[in-house]
Amino acid sequence: MSAPSDSPRDAPPAAGPLARSEAEQAWSRAGWSDGDDRRLTRLQRLTARFGRGTVIGVPYLWLLLFFLLPFLIVLKISFAEFRLGLPPYTPLLEWIDGTYLQIRLALGNYQFLLEDPLYITAYLNSLKVAFFSTVFALLIGYPMAYAIARSKPSLRAVFLLLVILPFWTSFLIRVYAWIGILKNNGLINNGLMALGLIDEPLPLLNTEFSLYVGIVYSYLPFMVLPLYATLEKMDTSLIEAAADLGCRPFKAFLTVTLPLSLPGIVAGSMLVFIPAVGEFVIPDLLGGAGTLMIGKVLWSEFFNNRDWPVASAVAIAMLIFLVIPIVVFQHYQQKQAERAEES
Amino acid sequence: MTDAVLQAGAPGPAARPEGSRPGAVLRRAEARPIIEIDDVVKTFGEFVAVDHVSLTIREGELFALLGGSGCGKTTLLRMLAGFERPTAGRILIGGQDMTHVAPYDRPVNMMFQSYALFPHMSVEANVAFGLRQDGLPKAEIRDRVRQMLDLVQLAPFAKRKPHHLSGGQRQRVALARSLAKHPKVLLLDEPLAALDKKLREQTQLELVGIQERVGTTFVVVTHDQEEAMTMADRVAIMDSGRIIQVDTPHALYEYPNTRFVAEFFGTVNMFQGDLIEDEPDHILIRSDALANPVYVGHGISAREGATVWVALRPEKLAISRTRPDRAHNWDQGIIEDIVYLGGISTYHVRLDSGALARVTTQNLERMAEPDITWDDRVFVSWRHDNVVVVTG
Amino acid sequence: MKRASRFPYVMLAIGFAFLYVPILLLMIFSFNESRLVTVWGGFSLKWYAELFRNEQMLDAALVSLRIAVTSATIATVLGTLSALMMGRFGRFRGRLLFTGMITAPLVMPEVITGLSLLLMFVSLEGLIGWPQGRGVDTITIAHTTFCMAYVNIVVQSRLVGLDRSVEEAAMDLGARPLKAFLVITLPMLAPALVSGWLLSFTLSLDDLVIASFVAGPASSTLPMVVFSSVRMGVTPEINALATLLVLVATVTILIAAAVLWRQERERDRAVARAVDAERRA
Repeated sequence: MSAPSDSPRDAPPAAGPLARSEAEQAWSRAGWSDGDDRRLTRLQRLTARFGRGTVIGVPYLWLLLFFLLPFLIVLKISFAEFRLGLPPYTPLLEWIDGTYLQIRLALGNYQFLLEDPLYITAYLNSLKVAFFSTVFALLIGYPMAYAIARSKPSLRAVFLLLVILPFWTSFLIRVYAWIGILKNNGLINNGLMALGLIDEPLPLLNTEFSLYVGIVYSYLPFMVLPLYATLEKMDTSLIEAAADLGCRPFKAFLTVTLPLSLPGIVAGSMLVFIPAVGEFVIPDLLGGAGTLMIGKVLWSEFFNNRDWPVASAVAIAMLIFLVIPIVVFQHYQQKQAERAEES
Repeated sequence: MTDAVLQAGAPGPAARPEGSRPGAVLRRAEARPIIEIDDVVKTFGEFVAVDHVSLTIREGELFALLGGSGCGKTTLLRMLAGFERPTAGRILIGGQDMTHVAPYDRPVNMMFQSYALFPHMSVEANVAFGLRQDGLPKAEIRDRVRQMLDLVQLAPFAKRKPHHLSGGQRQRVALARSLAKHPKVLLLDEPLAALDKKLREQTQLELVGIQERVGTTFVVVTHDQEEAMTMADRVAIMDSGRIIQVDTPHALYEYPNTRFVAEFFGTVNMFQGDLIEDEPDHILIRSDALANPVYVGHGISAREGATVWVALRPEKLAISRTRPDRAHNWDQGIIEDIVYLGGISTYHVRLDSGALARVTTQNLERMAEPDITWDDRVFVSWRHDNVVVVTG
Repeated sequence: MKRASRFPYVMLAIGFAFLYVPILLLMIFSFNESRLVTVWGGFSLKWYAELFRNEQMLDAALVSLRIAVTSATIATVLGTLSALMMGRFGRFRGRLLFTGMITAPLVMPEVITGLSLLLMFVSLEGLIGWPQGRGVDTITIAHTTFCMAYVNIVVQSRLVGLDRSVEEAAMDLGARPLKAFLVITLPMLAPALVSGWLLSFTLSLDDLVIASFVAGPASSTLPMVVFSSVRMGVTPEINALATLLVLVATVTILIAAAVLWRQERERDRAVARAVDAERRA
């Protein structure tokens, strides 16, 4: 195979009314001018690499500095001991007489967590509260998501908007709204007493009940959205096929819809469960003084007792509890992303 | 699998009679090569997408790369555009080595399967985009855009955004945009796949008309053999990353070089057999599927006793109630099915050997009563010069 | 079949009632004359007047706005860069670590994020003297860090949906990669950037826990002031503030939805007209 002897620029323009000499001139101006341009590619490649470096480097550095490093510091301080002063903890590394580098890993904080029943109870209680809140949110959220996914497209947009809207209003204020409803002279108790159903106010606020109401209320949209996303994508003809093959609607739901919406159930549950475990505001405002949840314990350990090492140890222990759900969540996200890329 | 055949007219494994080459190719036969693909390989990890492909495309040609999904045709096209780099081999465009030149420095443009129109720009701005990249003077850009929009009959829609257009109009914007820079070669990736059937057939001819007017070399990737036959001057058939045969549509249909090509391009009755007699002026083939031997009026390049395949196009078969008066090139069987398609009918004949032969006949007379019907016993015969013999 | 499918709609109605009744009650009682939040004492705007006389609350609102605008802007830039890395760069060194770091803030309990950032700021100050004390800057950094995770998700999902061949078309027509990105990719990502920014803005405005950890003595944000006054007991001023916040959010969202809906309808009509014209031709 041999290259033609003349340069392609001198090639006669192809036949056709459009081309001819005018087009030919434009052609060379338009610039597939040979040679020079292409020698720039080394420089271009350098700038491209520089650009790529900046794109990767800046967010990477930011996260290393403001996300990963803080965790390492928490880990470090959790092995230190409390002392009065600033910073209120002992250093891990210390020069002794200027010759020995002494490393002091104080495991006392963790031992303290294990020995004092307060912490164990708080951890277990947090997991319990988060678990049941997730179940309640799923029980309310699933039918909602299902109804939205099966409604007319024009209504669907409105419903979705209604689910998302609370998310754009202040979380704190939505929690606060329940205080006025649930307290002793709140709307519910006043209403019931006015109707003569009760003689003295029911204790609603600062109970487990109000705690669950607050958490489910705040995190319900996080459950509905991923559920909706999977239910909406589901092919309705699958249900029709099941019905066609003699499956009753409820059975079809159990054997077809429910298993297929599992990714949404997992994602939604993790989005409720994980933040609920570490929740501080809701137990503080709605749960009352008696509620033991680990987020609240950490808060008071830090702000009231000023014991940074113990607060750090509490944080590390909480993370250990959350590693499994976080990994499950990330795994599902990853799979979802890969599937999206494939299609 | 046989090696790829590079040039139209190069003999395939099955010989063909001299002088039967159609005239259409000759028109462009002297044109100079514009694209030379030289032993190109492309691998993605373990997967070999393009496997030692060499190919020459001539100036002014409308060339089609035809094959099923995953055959490597799109990868080959993307290497021509510069979006993929060959693992090995060279690509010359207009005689210059473009193997490692970036897409934005190549004198070729591409029309994408999805059209890839810029959604935030008007039709006009889409068409002007390439010219702006070259820094042409404003007045010239305006002229050229108008020219292009006239060419595809979209001048009234110049100010519209792409998502305000119908599918066919979008397709024409994509065409105008990719032609605006007067590329040496226009690459079209499944240009009609997104259109519905009726519009597609109409657009095929429009596209050919435009190609003839602007004279640019077109390289079209398609999986649709009818589309390739309608549009292309020459077609390369690809399978598993290799080129199986390159030829005019006519030659591919009448002179396939392999079973793959014969079966891919149109319908065919394929019978395996052994070469039992090889004389300079004829050969004889015996097949278990056929009662009588097959006589072919020319020699082929295979040894006696070799396994060969006899390929018979359905329209080259005749069907009748009378027994042919010769010793070869016929068989008998029972009509199993009749497919009536209006202009033609296809008869499925179950031969006595158990093999199936499909025979098409033209329905020339409106009032004619079909004299052959289900379960009739019929004779199927063919002329010796309508037999295609392939060895692989 | 029809009877069986009514249950989800009943649940939907109950669910929406659950979500909206508390907010509506809050808004109604913001116009209550009585100081008792739960007894209706006649219509009045006095709590709104009171709210606008509350200097502490107004100052905090300004601080919050400043932080929200800055951190939303930085987070949008960083989150978009991250999305490009994840969506366009294929494999790079440390991708796994980066993936973990960019998604973890989404699920990290706020108390941990807040505590860890504070401890880091204190340690850094001890080591290099920066940041000097804590205040608006440290809150901004903290908010940027978790907001960029949200922007990353929003932009990345848009990026996945983009037809890659559109960028290829730009390069095929002679645009160099950087130019193709600026002229083609970025405008196509714009809606995601806007919603990412708005989301970050809202999240930053709403955050109490992290801000409480990393704030200095002189930099109380609005949620911090609200929280401490709520802890003291229910005050009708907070109802007035809540009503204003809900109204602003609702109006913004409704306007955005209406604009999108109109664009879509116009587009559908234009396409219908074009198809029609083509059929007649």
